[in-house]
Amino acid sequence: MLNYIWGGMIVVSFICALITGRMEELSQAAINGADKAVSLIISMAGVMCLWTGIMKIADKGGLTAIIAKILSPVLSRLMPDYKKDSAAMRAVSANITANILGLGNAATPFGLIAMKEMQKENRLKTKPNNSMVMFVVMNTASIQLIPTTIAALRQAAGSKQPYDILPYIWIVSFLSLAVGIILAKVFSRKT
Amino acid sequence: MDKIGIYVVPVVIVLIVVFGVVKKVNIFDSFTTGAKEGINSLINIAPSLIGLVLAVTMLDSSGFFDIITQALSPLCEKIGIPSEVIPLGLMRPVSGSGSFALLNSILEKYGADSIIGKTASVMAGSTETTFYAITVYFGSVGIKKTRHTIPSALTADLCGIIFASLAVRMF
Repeated sequence: MLNYIWGGMIVVSFICALITGRMEELSQAAINGADKAVSLIISMAGVMCLWTGIMKIADKGGLTAIIAKILSPVLSRLMPDYKKDSAAMRAVSANITANILGLGNAATPFGLIAMKEMQKENRLKTKPNNSMVMFVVMNTASIQLIPTTIAALRQAAGSKQPYDILPYIWIVSFLSLAVGIILAKVFSRKT
Repeated sequence: MDKIGIYVVPVVIVLIVVFGVVKKVNIFDSFTTGAKEGINSLINIAPSLIGLVLAVTMLDSSGFFDIITQALSPLCEKIGIPSEVIPLGLMRPVSGSGSFALLNSILEKYGADSIIGKTASVMAGSTETTFYAITVYFGSVGIKKTRHTIPSALTADLCGIIFASLAVRMF
């Protein structure tokens, strides 16, 4: 999919520049664009490392296990096809917790284990059961406590208060997660 | 509400460090291990970020976003979404690097602390790369029929965009 989007963006920018007569700006942009990306990555690096470092301390101290324990009753109600202390639900809790703490590198492996374990007890192997859909829908919503990349980008763009948007992000994430969960429940009866 | 944001950073850092000390964690070692992972994941996304920042910069300089923004603004005004964030809303479920590149160009163009910049930040921060998650997770167990996953997830994303615009305008 990204093949088409990326190619499309570049072709459209050429056509558009032809029409608007901005070929010189486009030429500059092509040269500067790649250069700009590298300085952007460098200016993001510090903030990214700050949070991945801090969250690693939380993880090593056992915060991940504590949060996973708090979440597990809620999660097993949302995914009733699996028992609370099954291998599948343990991986689900670990995945959701890692997502909350922004431990992206840990979240995906746990998520893959969760899917594998859930698939074992899935009757139709080519179609997901309701719990599997619920799990994936929850993973398509953002539940990160500190959205590090966004904060790093705001910092790099010279924001005076890169973190002032956090409360909004929490509220909006929570609401859209709630919409996703409710819809997954409602639609599950119809498909 | 902006005040909460100022406290979050120091409070979270101090709480976690104190928690680490109480739990007898080797805190500095853990920090550096985590920081290394941060650098690694940044290096991992670097090539696609470079490609997409390049494409977004080209698209922006060609005047494409101005045309789209103007065309969509009457419709967006009615719903209450700044039309400047629409391209980001379309990119967000498809590509993480793509949406970061778009967010970056919005923040540079309109300012990170402007209403548009804040709305774009909240939008990007409160939704995920929906299609990527669906492809990776269902793909890993060989499931092609995803039933009601996509309608549920995309409606939630759309609500995220609307809520983000509302939240930033209201407070």
